[in-house]
Amino acid sequence: MIDYSKLLSKTVLEIKPSGIRKYFDIADSIDGIISLGVGEPDFRTPWQIRSAGVRSLEKGATRYTANRGLDLLREEIARYTERKYNLTYNPKSDILVTVGGSEAIDATLRALINPGDEIIIPQPSYVCYEPITRLAGGIPVIVNTKAENGFKLMPEELLENITNKTKALILPYPSNPTGAIMEWGELESIADVLRKKDIIVISDEIYSELSFGKSRHVSIAELPGMRERCVVINGFSKAFSMTGWRLGYACGPAEIIREITKIHQYAIMCAPTTSQFAAIEALRSCDSEVEKMREEYNDRRKIIVKGFNDLGLSCHEPRGAFYAFPDIRKTGLSSDEFCEKLLYSKKVAVVPGNAFGKSGEGFIRASYCYSISHIKEALSRIGEFLAELK
Amino acid sequence: MNTKILKLIEANARLSYEDIATICEIPKDEVRAEIEAMEKAGIIKGYKGIIDWEKLDTNSVSAIIELKVTPKANLGFEEVAEIIARYPDVESVSLMSGACDLIVVVKGKTFHEVSAFVAKEIATIDSVTSTSTQFIMRRYKEFGVELFDSDSDERGKISL
Repeated sequence: MIDYSKLLSKTVLEIKPSGIRKYFDIADSIDGIISLGVGEPDFRTPWQIRSAGVRSLEKGATRYTANRGLDLLREEIARYTERKYNLTYNPKSDILVTVGGSEAIDATLRALINPGDEIIIPQPSYVCYEPITRLAGGIPVIVNTKAENGFKLMPEELLENITNKTKALILPYPSNPTGAIMEWGELESIADVLRKKDIIVISDEIYSELSFGKSRHVSIAELPGMRERCVVINGFSKAFSMTGWRLGYACGPAEIIREITKIHQYAIMCAPTTSQFAAIEALRSCDSEVEKMREEYNDRRKIIVKGFNDLGLSCHEPRGAFYAFPDIRKTGLSSDEFCEKLLYSKKVAVVPGNAFGKSGEGFIRASYCYSISHIKEALSRIGEFLAELK
Repeated sequence: MNTKILKLIEANARLSYEDIATICEIPKDEVRAEIEAMEKAGIIKGYKGIIDWEKLDTNSVSAIIELKVTPKANLGFEEVAEIIARYPDVESVSLMSGACDLIVVVKGKTFHEVSAFVAKEIATIDSVTSTSTQFIMRRYKEFGVELFDSDSDERGKISL
């Protein structure tokens, strides 16, 4: 009998499976569930993008591309970051096309981390940052952001967690699961702390197009003195509804991108060719499609936030991504209890906030990547659930 | 005129005034007033349900009729179009560029009923010089709504 636990990597074995796995399994076993639990757009990839992908297949463009990605795509990405965020990147040296934002995060961490390096990770946030940091040999330093600060990272929180081992800060805004964004002034306070230190910011901006309200998304790399210390990560999954196409990119100083590219080259070769061709079309001609989707998300956002507030579950206004993060503490239930009871009694699936970090306890994540009527039905059932709790 | 309100109603006529107010960030009373004004001005013509009758197996047949019209002194395109439009079985009438002049969509219970209607009521109109009837075998999309069973939500129930 082979004892695999002796053969598998200790680091991997020590990574605990997501606590939410049990909850997923319950949700899967029940019929007739109305879900607000998914983190993926409901829109189809715009037809122009699908057509471009299909055309490239018909032409037989199915070979490897350059490791860094098609020249044309990197040029379009450079144009995009310039016109949207005033960020100038040289397509030949400062941009790497990756398999989703996910690969960009992984490869960037692996390019930066020496064993024992600390990586500051604000939470609640996307669950992958912590395990990927560990897999790369780094030590995650969790900063539990606070509800009263709208779950934004405060400069003093950052400062008190910086040690002489700190290599990088992961800055994930707009945020999954909280929907929080950081505005120019708030980013400036963070930049102020970082400029004096050799700490790299890994800015995960995958939800940058899904920004709502008066001010546009700001990348921390736009701030004076920050471009040289930021790796900006973005992609096509959320903005262009291209989740399954697996395409993202990392932009940053050439010296860092070069090393990230080494990892990418050896581990991946290149991002999917068809997706790259499709993405060129996306950047060239789909601004209005993205705007249409953004407007629809915005409509739904207003409905869901008002919906939760009307039910007495106070919900701060999410200014980005497609998640609402209402406060369920007044029910007296824990996040896990709330979600499980809601699932069993009313067949509504939402995600417990503590799945994303300790300070998510007492909150739930409700996605609004669903139609308005779907959202309203879910809210109505949550209302019944709350009434029955009393 | 609030075009955002119009777009919302066009996509879903059953959206409540309250929801429209939430989305447009204006008071509910203002939404009601705007909608009533647009109804009065004839900008909002009505609210109809989109029914897929084929699912019910009822007798229902539609046809697209292409008409050539030679306008006469008191019976130009407008007059002919209006005469045809007034028939309850006529679903739509459109003036066209190109080879034919008017396209009419007629709905009836059977092929025979529709053909008889065209022969008796449409073809006999003085300015109408020819008709060409094509029956709709199956509708796939109507008023922006896909009628075939769209793929179910493949995203699963939860993801991080």
